[in-house]
Amino acid sequence: MIQMKELRKDFSVRVKAGRLRRVKRTVSAVDGVSLDIGTGEMVGYIGPNGAGKSTTLKMLTGVLSPSGGEVSVCGLAPVPQRTRLALSIGVVFGQRSQLWWDLPLAESFRLLRHIYRVPAADHAARLRRCRELLDLDAFLDTPVRQLSLGQRMRGELTAALLHGPRVLFLDEPTIGLDVVSKQAVRSFLGELGRSGDVTLVLTTHDLADIERLCRRLVVIDHGRVVHDGTIEQLHSRYGSRRRLIADLDAPLPDGFEVPGATVAAVEADRHRVTFVLDDVPAGAVVASLVNAAPIRDLSLVEPDIEDVVARLYTASVSGAP
Amino acid sequence: MGDLRAYAALLGGQFRSVTSYRASFVVELFSSAGATALDVVTVVVLFGAAVEVGGFTLAEALMMTGIAASGFVLGDLAVGSVERIKLYVRTGMLDAVLVRPLGVLPQLVLMDFPLRKALRLVFGTSVIGVAIALNDVDWTPARVLLMVVAPIAAGVYFGAIFVISATLSFWWVESGEIGNGFTYGGRDFTSYPITVYSGWFRGLFAYGLGFGFVAYQPGLALLGRPDPLGLPGWAGYSSPLVALLAAGIAAVVWRVGVRHYRSTGS
Ligand SMILES: Nc1ncnc2c1ncn2[C@@H]1O[C@H](COP(=O)(O)OP(=O)(O)OP(=O)(O)O)[C@@H](O)[C@H]1O
Ligand SMILES: [Mg+2]
Repeated sequence: MIQMKELRKDFSVRVKAGRLRRVKRTVSAVDGVSLDIGTGEMVGYIGPNGAGKSTTLKMLTGVLSPSGGEVSVCGLAPVPQRTRLALSIGVVFGQRSQLWWDLPLAESFRLLRHIYRVPAADHAARLRRCRELLDLDAFLDTPVRQLSLGQRMRGELTAALLHGPRVLFLDEPTIGLDVVSKQAVRSFLGELGRSGDVTLVLTTHDLADIERLCRRLVVIDHGRVVHDGTIEQLHSRYGSRRRLIADLDAPLPDGFEVPGATVAAVEADRHRVTFVLDDVPAGAVVASLVNAAPIRDLSLVEPDIEDVVARLYTASVSGAP
Repeated sequence: MGDLRAYAALLGGQFRSVTSYRASFVVELFSSAGATALDVVTVVVLFGAAVEVGGFTLAEALMMTGIAASGFVLGDLAVGSVERIKLYVRTGMLDAVLVRPLGVLPQLVLMDFPLRKALRLVFGTSVIGVAIALNDVDWTPARVLLMVVAPIAAGVYFGAIFVISATLSFWWVESGEIGNGFTYGGRDFTSYPITVYSGWFRGLFAYGLGFGFVAYQPGLALLGRPDPLGLPGWAGYSSPLVALLAAGIAAVVWRVGVRHYRSTGS
């Protein structure tokens, strides 16, 4: 559905060098990205600020011409076949509105139906679904300029979907949303993804979006792909492990050990112990522990994606991807 | 066909947006009327002061002024709002325009169709009307046709100039008012017989950029006067060709410009 081969985008910028002199410098915003995304995939495209995520999406949607490499979306070349491609894709750029600022939201939807030449029945059916799932009814008749950010984002999502796109590009769709709106958007996108015929590429800084929605995670930094795989693969690659925290009724005996787990911390007068599980099921650790001391409480902590990603970002800054 | 409906929808959206601020729409309409009145005053004063303009009588010169004014308004009405591209490029708002299944230029034009400027068309055509009344035109079928076509060709020509000068902003985001130098400067240049200018200035603008074929040459042909600067009589009928050529160049420059769009970093 989406192919990129050695895709590049260079920006030439003038930087101050001295009081009047300015020198031309080239910034490689996207520096040779190759990806192949299949139909129905939901891909999280993440990376630190300035990594080149938005620039990639702009090349995929025909907004920017690539400086090099190849790109095709739905079998079309985005820039030369921009208007044809536009009929098959939906785009939400968190910062840029597709809606008519001065008109009621419902009016924007009506205009979009004509712009995308959508049959009235299809349009009505899709709009009905969005209204239910995204809770639009309360502000359908409000001019867009009077909507709150979260209300507008829900409107933007609807606007991007009314023509039934096959591919959806979302650049930070949950930016600035409150918890409830975020959840509404996520479950809406999840619902959409389950049908299996919409391909979705999502950039975000809220990794919970990715955990909830995307099986595949592509991490880029300095315009290069530094990880492409599932979240589990990312965890195993960066050695992030689950932790088991046990509260004990008696102090942990000295020198207690379980093969396959490391004692990471012993606290509260040896009444609380934290194990890092390397390669062993939690059950095995618990079984050994009960023999050593009576257990009052247990909690199992999944590896934190934020930690892994933070490590990944800093690792690639220091040059070792 | 489907495209037409889409463009009509855009225009409708624009119209409703504008009228949603009813007060400011009325204010703009009035200020546009004021500017038009000012145009009339300028012409009257200018032609009241001189008896003769570059070897032409005032009545003859009015023919050229009328064609230039009507053409400019037509071009301005049709594509003048392409000037907004500067804002769209600088702020990156063009992103949203580019992801829609329609041409960029028609979208920009229809998203800000300057209905309020329509009033100026009345001014342009009345100047032509006055010129026809004052001059003793020897009407042949070719001249009748030219009278209808010349203002439209001038409109196409000015439209091309509008597009080309707006396109500057793709390469040079801070191009500011430089583009206006060509559009408004071009209108002022064509409002008078080119015999009032001289030297390289006339060479560049009249022949190099083609402004001499917008109103001056068709004016000569309508009046049946030979060109004091020596171009043959058919030059007066070449204005549609020059306009089409300019439109072609504008289309190419525009396409290249859109490919050069670099958005903004957020
Ligand atoms: N129009 C532009 N002109 C010059 N440089 C640009 C432009 N757009 C982006 N850049 C540069 O390209 C790089 C990548 O920018 P991009 O917007 O793609 O990052 P991003 O991954 O989307 O970051 P963020 O998470 O902050 O949104 C940055 O270094 C940025 O400065
Ligand atoms: Mg971005």
